[in-house]
Amino acid sequence: MKLEGNNLTFRYRKDRKPVLEGVSISVESGERLGLVGPSGRGKTTLCRLLAGYEKPTSGEVLLDGKPLSAWKGPCPVQLLWQNPETAVDPRMKMEQVLAEGGPVAPSLLEALGIQPDWLTRWPGELSGGELQRFCIARALGPATQILLCDEMSAMLDYITQAQLWRVVLDEAKRRNLGLLVVSHAGKLLQQVCTRTIAL
Amino acid sequence: MKYRYNRRKRTFLLLLLCVALLAAVAVSGVLLAQDAARTDFSIKNQMPSRAHLFGTDWMGRDMLSRTLTGLSMSIRIGLATAVVSAVVSLLLGSAAALSRRADHIVTYCIDLVMGVPHILLLILVSLACGKGLTGVVVGVTLTHWTSLARVLRGEILQLRSAPYIQVAAKLGQSKWAIARRHLLPHLLPQFLTGLVLQFPHAILHESSLTFLGFGLSPEQPAIGNILSEGMSYLTTGKWWLALFPGLALVITVALFAALGEGVRRLLDPATAHE
Repeated sequence: MKLEGNNLTFRYRKDRKPVLEGVSISVESGERLGLVGPSGRGKTTLCRLLAGYEKPTSGEVLLDGKPLSAWKGPCPVQLLWQNPETAVDPRMKMEQVLAEGGPVAPSLLEALGIQPDWLTRWPGELSGGELQRFCIARALGPATQILLCDEMSAMLDYITQAQLWRVVLDEAKRRNLGLLVVSHAGKLLQQVCTRTIAL
Repeated sequence: MKYRYNRRKRTFLLLLLCVALLAAVAVSGVLLAQDAARTDFSIKNQMPSRAHLFGTDWMGRDMLSRTLTGLSMSIRIGLATAVVSAVVSLLLGSAAALSRRADHIVTYCIDLVMGVPHILLLILVSLACGKGLTGVVVGVTLTHWTSLARVLRGEILQLRSAPYIQVAAKLGQSKWAIARRHLLPHLLPQFLTGLVLQFPHAILHESSLTFLGFGLSPEQPAIGNILSEGMSYLTTGKWWLALFPGLALVITVALFAALGEGVRRLLDPATAHE
């Protein structure tokens, strides 16, 4: 599968200058693309556009040549949010949160270091890093083809970062997923990505 | 070892106590309705005594039974109006949050109703509906849906833009599933708290409307009627005719307010674990 953003322009308000202007980007299955850029340059906005959370002011987002919005059911493009606290419903137990993304293999949960008793807890009873593991498991549902990781490990210590990235990389290689990795950590991108672009 | 209650359990017990007291008042009022209407001129204008705890009025009616009957009436009217106005709030609030055109109309209506002083609008609506029970219920309902509708509208708008709801949609959850699993658990506490907090308002407005003569008809033993009749006897030194019913009304309203506060505390996640 191929996810393309063609000539994307986006502004949050009509009277402001655009955050992104004429940006083109593409990620294919099996490819791991790194994206770097200083704060406020629109990395997160670009991810939100590519995942279909925002509509570009001009330009188009295509998945295998079809507009992304034309896809029905579970979207093959999933975004991992920078702060997992907002991406999880505070009034839902963790097992329900996981179930939203479809069935998850127990081996994946184990690899991510999710303890069985966390499943019966509320989101408020877990830390940000623990929640992010659930978000990763949820985003790796059976329909997912392309995964956008927006600073998914920035709040974690190095050991946990290494653990989570190993799981994501293994899963990406096994299922031939496409990855877009946004990060400020250059070393991480060198390790993970096949190619890196700057915004 | 003494069994210790945590704050949540204590709040819950307090809630049960409030409900039990209010239910007792409501039921006893119905049972005592005959008693409240019985006149006995041999015992008229008696001070509070052991036989008649709240005293008797100028027709020898027992003021305790009259007060309880009046309160019971108020509570039942309060229940009906609070439920109806809360349902109206829910419907209009969600309509406003889900469609832009409905939003314009509903927001305009909210501003319109809130712009007119409550009691004035109540009197006008009650008069237009021919006073009596219908007038009171329609009047209180029409004036009390606004604030809860505004809260629910804001809550739904905020929820709709919440990241976890957008993520759920991306993960292929249907609109119905999102409404049931995400919207409902967030809205229900707001709705229930708003519903219970409508009671004291509804009861007070029913009483004041009746007191002013635009509500229930004078032969009905409503608290508003008892108070307005008692007023004319105050100057002759019969203080018990207004004091006890007035006090009972204040306590009932305070109980309902405590009930609302308790419900809010139990359902609000920020205070739920205290």
